Amino acid sequence: MDTLLMDGLAQAPEQQSVAEPWRAFAPGVWRRSVDVRDFIQRNLTPYEGDASFVAGPTARTTALFAKVSDLLKQERAAKGGVLDADTERFASITAHAPGYIDRELEVIVGLQTDKPLKRAIMPFGGWRMVKTGLEAYGYTPSPKLEEVFPSLRKTHNDGVFDVYTPEMLRCRKSGVITGLPDAYGRGRIIGDYRRLALYGADFLIKDKKAQLTSLEVSRIDEDILRLREEISEQIRALKELVTMAASYGADVKRPAATAREAVQWTYLAYLAAVKEANGAAMSIGRVSSFLDIYIERDLRAGVLTEAEAQELIDQFVIKLRLVRFLRTPEYDQLFSGDPTWVTECLGGMGLDGRTLVTKNNFRMLQTLHNLGPAPEPNLTVLWSEKLPEGFKRFCAATSIKTCSVQYENDDLMRAYWGDDYGIACCVSAMRIGKQMQFFGARANLAKTLMYAINGGKDEVSGDQIGPAYAPITGDVLDYDEVMARFEPMMEWLAKVYMNALNAIHYMHDKYMYERLEMALHDRDILRTMACGIAGLSVVADSLSAIKHAKVKVIRDAKGLATDFEIEGDYPAFGNNDARVDDIAIWAVERFMTALRKQKAYRNAMPTQSVLTITSNVVYGKKTGNTPDGRKAGQPFAPGANPMHGRDKKGAVASMASVAKLPYAHAQDGISYTFTIVPGALGHTEDERVDNLVGMLDGYAAQGGHHINVNVFDRATLLHAMDHPELYPQLTIRVSGYAVNFIKLTREQQLDVISRTFHDRH
Amino acid sequence: MSTTPLTRPGAVSGWVHSVETGGTVDGPGVRFVLFLAGCPLRCLYCHNPDTLHMHDGTPTLSTAVVDEIGGYAEFLKRARGGITISGGEPLVQPEFCAAVFRGAKAMGLHTALDTSGFLGKHADDLLLEDVDLVLLDIKAFKESTYRRVTGVPLRPTLEFAERLSVMKKPIWLRYVLVPGLTDDLAEIRDLAGFAAGLGVVERVDVLPFHKMGEHKWKALGRRYMLSNTPEPSAELTGRVRDIFRAEGLRTA
Repeated sequence: MDTLLMDGLAQAPEQQSVAEPWRAFAPGVWRRSVDVRDFIQRNLTPYEGDASFVAGPTARTTALFAKVSDLLKQERAAKGGVLDADTERFASITAHAPGYIDRELEVIVGLQTDKPLKRAIMPFGGWRMVKTGLEAYGYTPSPKLEEVFPSLRKTHNDGVFDVYTPEMLRCRKSGVITGLPDAYGRGRIIGDYRRLALYGADFLIKDKKAQLTSLEVSRIDEDILRLREEISEQIRALKELVTMAASYGADVKRPAATAREAVQWTYLAYLAAVKEANGAAMSIGRVSSFLDIYIERDLRAGVLTEAEAQELIDQFVIKLRLVRFLRTPEYDQLFSGDPTWVTECLGGMGLDGRTLVTKNNFRMLQTLHNLGPAPEPNLTVLWSEKLPEGFKRFCAATSIKTCSVQYENDDLMRAYWGDDYGIACCVSAMRIGKQMQFFGARANLAKTLMYAINGGKDEVSGDQIGPAYAPITGDVLDYDEVMARFEPMMEWLAKVYMNALNAIHYMHDKYMYERLEMALHDRDILRTMACGIAGLSVVADSLSAIKHAKVKVIRDAKGLATDFEIEGDYPAFGNNDARVDDIAIWAVERFMTALRKQKAYRNAMPTQSVLTITSNVVYGKKTGNTPDGRKAGQPFAPGANPMHGRDKKGAVASMASVAKLPYAHAQDGISYTFTIVPGALGHTEDERVDNLVGMLDGYAAQGGHHINVNVFDRATLLHAMDHPELYPQLTIRVSGYAVNFIKLTREQQLDVISRTFHDRH
Repeated sequence: MSTTPLTRPGAVSGWVHSVETGGTVDGPGVRFVLFLAGCPLRCLYCHNPDTLHMHDGTPTLSTAVVDEIGGYAEFLKRARGGITISGGEPLVQPEFCAAVFRGAKAMGLHTALDTSGFLGKHADDLLLEDVDLVLLDIKAFKESTYRRVTGVPLRPTLEFAERLSVMKKPIWLRYVLVPGLTDDLAEIRDLAGFAAGLGVVERVDVLPFHKMGEHKWKALGRRYMLSNTPEPSAELTGRVRDIFRAEGLRTA
C-alpha cells in the first residue's frame, strides 16, 4: 500500500501557513453563526453577461476524462453494468483507503472506495438486498460479513417488516403503493455541503456541541433523547469526515482558503455522505454560485485563471459523474439507468430581486460541452422570467445540444422556499440545511380508481386488497356513482399509505440514520412527508371518458370489471380543455386533502408529488385495463404528462394543461417531460434557442413547475437501440432526471420512443 | 343578455381543420397556428392534402377561436410569438380570418397570414391592417411551372406581393425546392430579383421538399405524383439559398 507515502506528499503544501480563509469577504452574521445564505447574499457577484468567457477543458482534464471514459466503457460492458464491488468490508466514511483515477491528473480528489467505480457495501438498509445485489452481479460477500447481518445487527428493512400490518403488505404486493423505500435508502436529504468549505469542521462541531447543550432541558422525553443521540452521531460523523479528508491530504478542520480548496472541501463533505448513505437520490444542492465567490476572489487576486477555474469545475463534475451504489435488479426496474440524482441547482433569483446567476453556473453547464452530455450531476436550472438573457440562452443552447438539463420554476418556488433552496432528486424543493423530506414514493391512483369500481378487489389478481365497499354493478359507468366510490377509496388509500410511510421512516431514522447529511443541517428543521401519485392522466382521462363518452363495463366470470368499451369521444388531458383538466386538478387536490388528514411521523408536513421517475412502466405493468381505453400492462404517462399521443393540440396546449395542476397541493413537485424534434423547434440553431427560451418563459409564466427538455428525433433513439456502442453518451431526460439512454431496460427504451414527440413542422 | 357565442357581435363561422399550439416554423417565436380547411390550389407536393376541402374542417365560430387564443395570449407574448392562420388557404375564408386577426390584435398579439397569395384579392385593406406579417408562398416564378405545380395561374400571387409591397407589409417568402420541378436556377434567380425588388421581404425560407405528407395522400386514396422524386441535396438547397442571398435577401 502506498497511501502513506502519498499522504506525505499531499500534506506537505497544506502545512504551509494558510492565508486567512475569510479574507476579502464582506462580513455579516455568517461569521458568528452557521448561515451560508447570509454569506452568499453579502458576497455574490451576479453575472448578467453571456457565455463568451467560458473556457474549454485543460489538457489535464481531457487526459483524465479519457481515462474515465475508458472505465465507463468497461463498466457498461461488465455484468449488470457493475465494474467492481467490494466484498470484504462495510462502507463507512473512513472504511476505504484513498482512491485515485490518476493522481497526476486529478485536481479534485476523492473516491467512494479505494478504486473508481468500485461499489461499496452499505448494509443498514437491508442485508438481503446487499447480498442479492452482489450475487446478481457475480460477487460473493465475505462470510465474515454475514456473521454481522442479520444475526448481530438488525437493519432498516428488518425493522419495517417487523411492524408492517397485513393491509400494508397487501397494498405493497398488489402495487397500489409501490417503490416504498423499505428496502433501500430513502435519500432526498441534501446536506449543506457548502458549510464545510465556509466554516471548516471545527466550527461545525463546536456548533453541534452547543446544540447538544441546548438540549439539556428539564424534561428529557423521547423526542429530546432521539435528537441528542442524533446530534452525537452527527458530531462523530464530522470527525470521521476530518479523518477521511486528511487521508487525501486535506485539513478540513479549518475553512477552505482558496477556490480549489472550496471545491475540494465541498466535494469531500458530499463524498462523506455518499460513502455511507446509498439514498435513492443524493443531491448536492446549490453549490456552484456559492463556489463562484471563492473563484471570483482568486480571479481578482490574480492567482487563478479562467481556464483553471473551469478545470476545477470540470474535475469536480467528473467526480460527481462517478458516484455509484450497489443496487438490486428490482430497484433498477423502478429507477432505470443507475441514477444517483446528484442534483445541482443553477440560476434563480434572489429575494431582493438580484439574480443569483454567476459565472460559475455557466461553468457548470459548460461541463456538458467540455466532457460531453451525461445524466449526472442532474443539472437543474431554477428558471425565472427575470433571469439574465445571456444565461437563458446558454441554458437553452445546452439543452438543445445535450438534453441533459431540467428546468424548475423559481418564480413559483421562491414564494414557498426562499432563495436558498435546492432540489432533492427530481422536483422536490427544500431550504438547504433547514429542511428535509421523508421520501414516500407513490400511490397508484389509477389502480385506486379500479378498486373503487371493483369494491376494493384488485383487477389483476382478484384479491380483496382495499375495503370491501360495494362494487359498481351497472353495465355503463355513471360519473356520479364512480366518484362516490372513488373518494372513500382515496381516503382509505391515504390512510394506509401514510401509516406505511410512518413505519418506514421511523425505522429509517432508527437503523439507517443519515448522520453526516444531518450534521450539515440546523438543529430544528422542517420535515415533509413526501407522498406521491402515479397515473394522474390515466385517472383524469378515465373520469373524462365516463363523464363525456359512454364507458361500458366488461366483467370476467367472477364479476370483476376487467375491461371497458368506450363509445364516442372524450376530451383528454393535455389539450388545455377545462372539461378534463378540471378533473385532473380535482384529483390532485382531493388526494392531498386526504393525505393532510393523516398524522405523519415526527410531525412532518404532508406533501405530494406528481412524479413517476421511470416507474411509470412498472406501475403500468401492474395495472389492468382502465376506463380511458389504456390496455392492461401499458405504461402510464410519466409524471404529470398527458398520455402518449392523446395531446393533439401541440406543445403549448399540453404545457397549459400540466401548468394548471396546483403546486399548492403538490408541493413536492409536478414533473413534465417535453420532447420535441429539432426541426419543430425552429429552422436554425439561433431560432431554436430563441424558441426554447420563449417556451420556458411561457411555461413558467403559466405556473408550470417542472419541465424536462429533450430535443431529438425518434430515428436517433431507434438507431441507438440497435447500435448502443455508437451512443455511449446519449443522454435523455425522463421524469425528473436524465439517463444514459443505452442503460435503460429495453422496455423503458420502447416507452420513451412511444411517447409524444412534438414534431409538427 | 344572453352570452351564447352566436349572439356575440362579430362572430363569423369558419371551417377549421386543426390547431397547433406550439408552432415555431410559421413566423417568429412560438405560435398558435390555426389551420383552416379549403384550398383552390392543387399542389403536387401538398403535405396537408387533408385540408383541401372546406368540409374537411369543423364549423367553428371566430369568437370561440379568439377565446381559445386568449387562453394562450400571455404564453405567446412571453414566447415572443403570436398567431398564424394557415391552411388550406386561409383566404378562402377572408371574413373568418379577419375576425380572428381582429381578436388577436385586440389582445396585442403578433399576427401572421400564411398564404399562397392566389386569393390575395379576397384580403381587403382592413383585414391586412390586422396582419403584421405575411408568409407568402411563391411556388414557382414561371407561369408554366406554377401551373404545373399548383394547377392555377401565378399572376394573382405576384399582384398580391406587389400590393403588399406598396402597403409596406413585411413578407417572409417561402419557396419549396423540388428536384425536377422547381429547381430551375434561372427561374429562381428571376424570383429572387422580383422578391428583392419588393423591398418588404424580410427573409426567405427555402424549404427542401420532403415526403412527410405522402401517407396522407394514400390515406385519402389519392395518387401521389412525387413518390419517385428525391429530396434535394444539401448542396442544391445551399445553392438556391445563395441565389436569394446574392440579391441581398436574408435566408434562414
